[in-house]
Amino acid sequence: MKHSKRISTSLIAGAGVLGMVALSACAADTKKAGGSDEVTITVPSWVGARANAEVAKVILEDELGVKKVNLKTMDEPIAWDALNSGKADVIMEDWNGQPDKQKLYIDEKKSVVKGGDLGVVGHIGWFVPKYYADKHPEILDYKNLNKFAKDFKTSESGDKGEFIGAAPSYTTYDKYLIKNHNLDFKIKETGNEAAQIKEIQSKYDAKTPFITYWWEPLWANVDMDLVEVKLPEYTEGCNEPKTDTKCGYDNNKLQKYLNADFAKDGGDAAEFIKNFKWSNEQQNKVAQAIAKDKKTGEAAAKEWVKNNKDVWEKWLPKK
Amino acid sequence: MSSAPAPALEDKAPPAQLAPAGAAKEPGFLARLAGHPKAALLTVAVLVAVVSALVTSSGTWPGGWTFGIRSPLSDAESWLANNRESHPIFLYFLLHISNAAESSVDTLVTFLETLGVFGVTVAAVLIAWVAGGADLSRRALRTAGTALGAFVVIGLLGMWEPAMETLGLMVVCVAAAAIVGALLGLWAGLSDRGQRILRPVFDTMQVLPAFSYLLPFVLIFGVDVPSAFVATVIYAAPPMARLTALGLRGADKTALEASTSLGANSWQQLWTARLPLARRQMLLGLNQTIMMCLSMVVLASVVGVSGLGAEIYTALSTVDTGLALSPGIAIVLIAIWLDRTTAAAGERLDDPCQGKGGPKTWFVWLGVIALTTAGTVLGSILGKQEWPDTWVIAIAAPVNAVVDWVETTVGSGVPVVGGTITLASGFATYVINPVRDGLEATPWWALLLVAGVLAYLAGRWRAAVTTVLALGVIGGMGLWTRSLDTLSVVLAALALTLLLGFAIGTFAARVGWVERAIRPVLDTLQTMPQFVYMIPAIALFHGGRTAGVVAAVLYALPAVIRITTQGINQIDPSALEASRSLGSTTGQQLRQVQLPLARSSLLLAVNQGVVLVLSMVVITGMIGAGALGVDVVTGLAKDDLALGLTSGIAIVCLGILLDRISQPGADVKGDTSR
Repeated sequence: MKHSKRISTSLIAGAGVLGMVALSACAADTKKAGGSDEVTITVPSWVGARANAEVAKVILEDELGVKKVNLKTMDEPIAWDALNSGKADVIMEDWNGQPDKQKLYIDEKKSVVKGGDLGVVGHIGWFVPKYYADKHPEILDYKNLNKFAKDFKTSESGDKGEFIGAAPSYTTYDKYLIKNHNLDFKIKETGNEAAQIKEIQSKYDAKTPFITYWWEPLWANVDMDLVEVKLPEYTEGCNEPKTDTKCGYDNNKLQKYLNADFAKDGGDAAEFIKNFKWSNEQQNKVAQAIAKDKKTGEAAAKEWVKNNKDVWEKWLPKK
Repeated sequence: MSSAPAPALEDKAPPAQLAPAGAAKEPGFLARLAGHPKAALLTVAVLVAVVSALVTSSGTWPGGWTFGIRSPLSDAESWLANNRESHPIFLYFLLHISNAAESSVDTLVTFLETLGVFGVTVAAVLIAWVAGGADLSRRALRTAGTALGAFVVIGLLGMWEPAMETLGLMVVCVAAAAIVGALLGLWAGLSDRGQRILRPVFDTMQVLPAFSYLLPFVLIFGVDVPSAFVATVIYAAPPMARLTALGLRGADKTALEASTSLGANSWQQLWTARLPLARRQMLLGLNQTIMMCLSMVVLASVVGVSGLGAEIYTALSTVDTGLALSPGIAIVLIAIWLDRTTAAAGERLDDPCQGKGGPKTWFVWLGVIALTTAGTVLGSILGKQEWPDTWVIAIAAPVNAVVDWVETTVGSGVPVVGGTITLASGFATYVINPVRDGLEATPWWALLLVAGVLAYLAGRWRAAVTTVLALGVIGGMGLWTRSLDTLSVVLAALALTLLLGFAIGTFAARVGWVERAIRPVLDTLQTMPQFVYMIPAIALFHGGRTAGVVAAVLYALPAVIRITTQGINQIDPSALEASRSLGSTTGQQLRQVQLPLARSSLLLAVNQGVVLVLSMVVITGMIGAGALGVDVVTGLAKDDLALGLTSGIAIVCLGILLDRISQPGADVKGDTSR
């Protein structure tokens, strides 16, 4: 192996020299030049958020003459990083799940700015199917949950009831709620939104009892009748620190966020995004066209835009 | 729960209990054990574990023995965010990687778009044809036909545009991964120290889930193409490196001796003897690297990469299996095209009849370029740069109808057994739960003892120390219970995979047409993104750990089957012939000749089974198997680097543990030969 030793030494030396060359090269560009003729909107995994983005894209391209609107699928924390670095310009629907990034990018670095309310109100809660609640109306109060825990037992939960938990990216205090109210339930982690929806749908079709973390607006709710279990009223600051949480969930006014440079130099496009505001029903309409009627995002958005001129005209910048 | 551990360890207990019963005239049980120190050691360790589990019935790692890495990691994260645009290491080094990756992918995608449908198809078919030998032989025509079929179907599915974006990223990633892999492989192949240093590095690169390091990568390299590029290269380079090293090490000694005696210096020897002799292995490595790049490129859609992965991601947000299937099939087709092309090139290297015609090769490549240009020009004259929308076949609706039917009938409508939902819950209750409860009830020190003894028996002190350290790290990170939960799922999946894999693999090796028949199925299982078929499968298993086990088995099975079949087929035919002529039955041939001789291949199959099952932990977490897999995903989704990374490291530790206790050959043999 004497020969090979020489080769490997040479190889290492070569790699070292290459590295030095790369290091001594000139400084790299840190930012991409962006203008208002190209807008990038981040799209998270759920359909409601896609409905926002598709409608914004159609109006930006057809009415405001923006040359290209890119829709980029990415998870929320990554979308915040993209807004910070200027790789993306807009988050259309934020569920307030990234407080640390908000502080870092909005307050400290000032690379991201607020874009106002989206108008859609997000609601989170604990839900059971109506067919079960009709038989056992008492379950709709959290104080009675333990009485019914045995109905929800599965192979996953052992001797406790199974509570179907939220997907990882969702805001949840279920763990602490169950502990602090001494509920006989064990959370089953779902790991992914599509997986959770599929599981609920199949359990609903089979008329199995289940209790789940669920939310609104959601396209899948049209086909399923789920009833909310009452949790203690939300009051300001009742979920801080989270480990002491005993209260239910706050209604969440979903927010828009913009890259700071885009907000400043984006012209009409940025102005339009700031004005974009619609209701749960309006968003659901487009989301259902995509999810239930299996239309493409573009077709669904175009149809809505055609029929709702009076709504979106108010979003256009004043001339 | 105190009685739970018994069933988990039952499989180890019987031999010890049976021995005295059937040995009336033989020496006593203890005496026999004394004759087998290994068995004695193992029995003692298992006994200690069972007894201590029964006594204490809870065995969590002591809380005081954990170390926190949360705050340093969070600090690092905010440092990255604040310094990314100003610190020299970014300005002069890391950002160059990002920008180079991004601009080369952009250029390539634009180039593919310029070529248009005709140009790309012509080029793909011709490259396949050249790889197959550039003549009218069956091999060349078959390879070219596969390429043509693949691209036409991709177009028909309406996936042309995203497929080109994916292909662009793929090509750049494969090129980089192949170069990095080859260089690392050179080091590992030529120097023993390199081999020792790199082996655990490669293991880590493959088992550490990409989700647990995507977050810092996004901060370091930026969203979209750059972080996807780096993550893909990390994941896909090891097979290239491993096989390059293997090829260099396996070079025929006589050929090297001849080259030395002719006075070649070490560089000449490398270029003229070692590398050419390792060419076949390197090509196999390239093939594997391509497959791994492809699976990673899909995952990369979570950081904003467009292409086939993003199409799947979008389709799944509406739980639309039919819509997700089209991009899934497109990925499988790209994989098959690349696999057959590289495989054909590999076969040609083996073929002694094929001389290397220097000038001829040049002509052929010139021809490829000319014809591609002609195709491009033709396409633009016809005005058909893009695949025409009218030529697209929508498969979503019929596929969804079939999937719905399967979900309802197989899920609960089967008579007698009650359908898959009942089976799934039975599997969880009677297989996974006892294993988990057993592991969790055993005190941590007893588990360390059992793992250490097992590893010692397999690979002596080095393996034992590594194993105990790996478990120690898991405990130290405060992930003891979560890891044991994951381990129970992994063990169940691994056992099923090996059982099925060895059975099917042996069967395929003995019956030729079976091997040919299952090959396309294996290809599809290996390359089809798991999410496409796992989301509908949730309806069949109601999520949960059984669904996770099924996903992991489906993914890991093809590799195990392939390696088993190959191992058995490679046995010296004369050995088999000898046993046949001595009148042994088929079963005897299998048990006494084929399986023992294929031992090293079977061990490799076990190793790959471990690696692949563990690489599925994240996916299984996402469909309801929970534990470490979900923690990794949560780390990414909640911007919690500490959670994601520690869980990822715990998965690697589980991998080390399983590898060390299941791989006897490597270390023991190494020790004796040294």
